[in-house]
This record gives sequence, C-alpha cells and structure tokens, in this order.
Amino acid sequence: MNLNDLINQVSSWLKGTGPHSDIVISSRIRLARNLEKTPFPHWAKKNDAEQVLVSTKAAFERTAELKSAVFLHLEELDNIDKQFLVERHLMSNEHAVRSNQKALCVTSREDVAVMVNEEDHLRIQVMESGFDLDKTWDVINSIDDQLSGFLPYAFSREWGYLTACPTNTGTGMRGSVMLHLPALVMSRQINKVLEAIAKLSFTTRGLYGEGTQASGNFFQISNQVSLGLREEEILGNIKGVIGQIIEQEQKAREVLLAEHREMLEDRIWRSYGTLKNAHIISSSETVELLSMLRLGNDLGLIENMERGLINELFILTQPAHLQKLEGKKLSANERDVKRAQIIRERLKV
Amino acid sequence: MLCNICNKNQATVHLTEIVDNQMTELHLCDDCAKKKSIQMEQQFGLSDLLAGLVDYSKQLGGSEKMAAGTQCPFCGLTYEDFRKIGRLGCSECYTAFGRYLGPLLKRIHGASQHVGKTPLSLPQEGLKSSARSVRGSSVTELKTRLQEAVDHEEFEEAARLRDAIKEAEKKKKETKKENESE
Repeated sequence: MNLNDLINQVSSWLKGTGPHSDIVISSRIRLARNLEKTPFPHWAKKNDAEQVLVSTKAAFERTAELKSAVFLHLEELDNIDKQFLVERHLMSNEHAVRSNQKALCVTSREDVAVMVNEEDHLRIQVMESGFDLDKTWDVINSIDDQLSGFLPYAFSREWGYLTACPTNTGTGMRGSVMLHLPALVMSRQINKVLEAIAKLSFTTRGLYGEGTQASGNFFQISNQVSLGLREEEILGNIKGVIGQIIEQEQKAREVLLAEHREMLEDRIWRSYGTLKNAHIISSSETVELLSMLRLGNDLGLIENMERGLINELFILTQPAHLQKLEGKKLSANERDVKRAQIIRERLKV
Repeated sequence: MLCNICNKNQATVHLTEIVDNQMTELHLCDDCAKKKSIQMEQQFGLSDLLAGLVDYSKQLGGSEKMAAGTQCPFCGLTYEDFRKIGRLGCSECYTAFGRYLGPLLKRIHGASQHVGKTPLSLPQEGLKSSARSVRGSSVTELKTRLQEAVDHEEFEEAARLRDAIKEAEKKKKETKKENESE
C-alpha cells in the first residue's frame, strides 16, 4: 500500500455501517504503551528515539494485524501528506508538527494505526464504523497482547502501564465514540447532556479530535479515568452513557418530525440545495450543511443516498485532501472553490 | 490585508488577544495562524493544569525543596522538571518520584491501584485474563513468548504457554488431516 492510494478509498470506519450508525459515526479505542528503561519521546536523545523506531518496526512485522501495514517515517513526508493523515484521523496534529524520529504504522483498511514516538512510545488506535466498542476492543487487545510478547512494556503491578503523562497511567486506555446529535442541538437539550457527561468524568471533543471544538453537531465522547478500573469496566461505562445519549437523540428526532416537520424539511432541503449548487464554500459551512444532509438521509427524507458518501465528504473537503486531489498547494480562497466543486461532483444524481 | 507575521500571504484569520488589559489585534494567514494556535496551546495546556495538581500533592508528600530536588537516577529528570513540563522522563521516574506520584494519581483518577490487564510477558493473575491472552495467537508467537518466560524464570507462565502450544499444534494437525481426507 502507498500513501497516495488512501485518497481513492473510504476508510473502513467511515463506511456508515455497524450498530446505531444513524447516530454513531465511529467507535475508537487507543492504548498508550511505553518501553521500560527507555526515555519517553519528549525526553529522549536522538539515538534512543531511533532505537525505538527500529524495535517497534520489528515488532509490528511479527504482529498479525500489522504485518502488511505501511510504516511511514514522518520526516520523509511533506506537510500536506502529514496534514492528510491527521485529517483521516490516523494521527494527531502534535505528531505532524514535530516529526523528528516519529513514525506512523497504518493498515490498508485504516482501521488500525500506531503512532510511534508521539507523547508515548506507542499510541495504538483501532477504529470501527458504528457503535461497536466490543469488536474494537477485541482487535486492539489482540494487537496489544502480541506486541507485549515482542517489546518490554513499561509496567508496574501497582500503577499499570506507565505513561509519559500521569493522566494516562493505568490501563493507558481511552475509548471514544463519535456521535451525530443534530436533534439534541436543535431542541437545545445538548448542553444539559454535555454537562451531565462532564460530571461523570467523560470528555467531549469535536469532529476533528483533540483540541477541537464541537462543530456541525458532532461530538466525540471519551473516558477520562484510566486507573483503578478494568478495561471492560471503562468500556462498559462508556457504552452505558452513549446508549442513553442515543436514546435521547432518537426521541428528539421523533419530536422534531412530529411537531416541526416543515421547518426540518426546509432546513434539510435548503442545505442539500446549497451543497449541490454552491461554487464557493468554506469548511465550516460545509460541515453544518453536511450535518443536515446526513440527518435528512438518516430520517429517510432524502432517499437514494449512501451514508458512506456523506461521511466521506466530511474528510474529502478538508484542506490537505483538497490539495492532494488537486495535486498542488491551494490558497484558502482556492480551496473554497475546489471544495464546492468536489461536493457538486459527488452529489450529482 | 496581508498577514502580520509573514507579510506575504492574505490574512484569513483575525485574532484579538488581551494581555494585561492591553488589547492587540492580529491578522494572520492560514499557515501562521496554525503555528500561532499551536504556540498558544502550549502556553496554557494540560501541563499547567497538571502543575497545579502536582503542587498540591507535593504538600502531602513532603517539603517543597525535597520534592523539587529529587532526580530520576535513570534519565536525569528532576521533580522540578516534571512540575514544569507535566511529563515524566521514563518508566523509572515512577519509582524515583513514587511517594509524590501516588497522591497525584489518586487525585487524577480517584484510585491508585491498577486492576486492568497485565502484559503477557508477566505472570497473570486469575484465570480469566490468562484464557484471553493466548486466544488467537499463532504457535510461533506462543513459542517466542515461552522462550521469554523461561528466560525470565516465570515458570508458571511458561507451563501455561506450553499447554497452549500443545493445544494449538493438536488443532493444526486435526485441520490438516481433515483437509487431506477431503
């Protein structure tokens, strides 16, 4: 697999399939792992960090799920390629900015990605489409088990997996679920929901991951506590909370349809109209309108449209994707034009 | 309007900063805005919040001077470094700063005893996790692990792996036979 092949495919987690995929975009679990007696990346000398790249690459080659994955040395990539990987949710922005002695291992389905030398030596991530944390856990647990046979993990009986930041110590696990909650936003119930989530020590982030604000009605909810609970308990808590939110969103959608159908249909069809006809469009407007289009599709108001196509447009309309599609660097204004063009092409019936 | 930082590209991001009651306006291009936002994140990030917690737990752990001077013998990071950057230097820091980290972890997570999974290279506690750990592993992987367990003199784990290998090889033979007879 080549990095440039990715642009022509839809990541498996974006397919729009799986349980509750009308509300849940994707389920994701990441594990933070480190090698014992090796300085953490931020404190490591060049030689130490290079040694980590060598030993982890060898371990990936012996791991069933990662054998045929591509191992990218980030120093060898240009800025657009790095941003492209961030936009595809395969790595963090932080990993793209300071890329010395850093690597990313990614499978052709893009369901598994491992960052090497980010904040921790290893950040293993598995993503699945829809609400399926159990399947996600099975995959990541197996990868982690295999890697632990090849790499001397930093671990203590008392504190579990030892991480660079004490907020990840313990299981080193963060489970998160990306939700599309337009009806809770429109009916102004979302703040109540988010406040309740925060009280239960869960975190909410936006569509584009760490440090981003929620936009276009997308919310990424994840656990904060990683020590003192078993992995299955942490995931069970997330499942419980997300299950409740899904129910609330479903109810809110029913109420909107029953009581404000015309207003809702108007917003949805206007959004569709703009997307199909605009010649200049910003990324924030795109997210807002695509969110409405997705809702229309999920409610059966707009027919004959693949959910995966809408999901894909959220990613394809990001700056680095547009520039890779165009094959050259584009200014912000040029991107707005290119974005509108891509959307028109894809939505042509 | 051109970007205030590079003076080359068109400004698309307009930022108002208030520092000490002084308001400044910045007009930035995409690229410079990105750099600036990363800087700002670093200026006040998780490490600052963490530093607050560290300060608190230090009060529990001992005098400030004692804490700040403690150094990890393996990587050289001092507790003062940790306080500033919010990151530990290596796995051994956890031992070196153990007495201060215990209360800190308790404050962050509400607990200070790990109950989750254990790496396979270490003896497992309880049957349940053991059963999970060998599932889906290939014979070659199990053999590698067996060698490692023997090297580490973890004989209980080695015996478990030996049984798992026997089982896996038996299964392999059976499938082979089935395929041949078909």
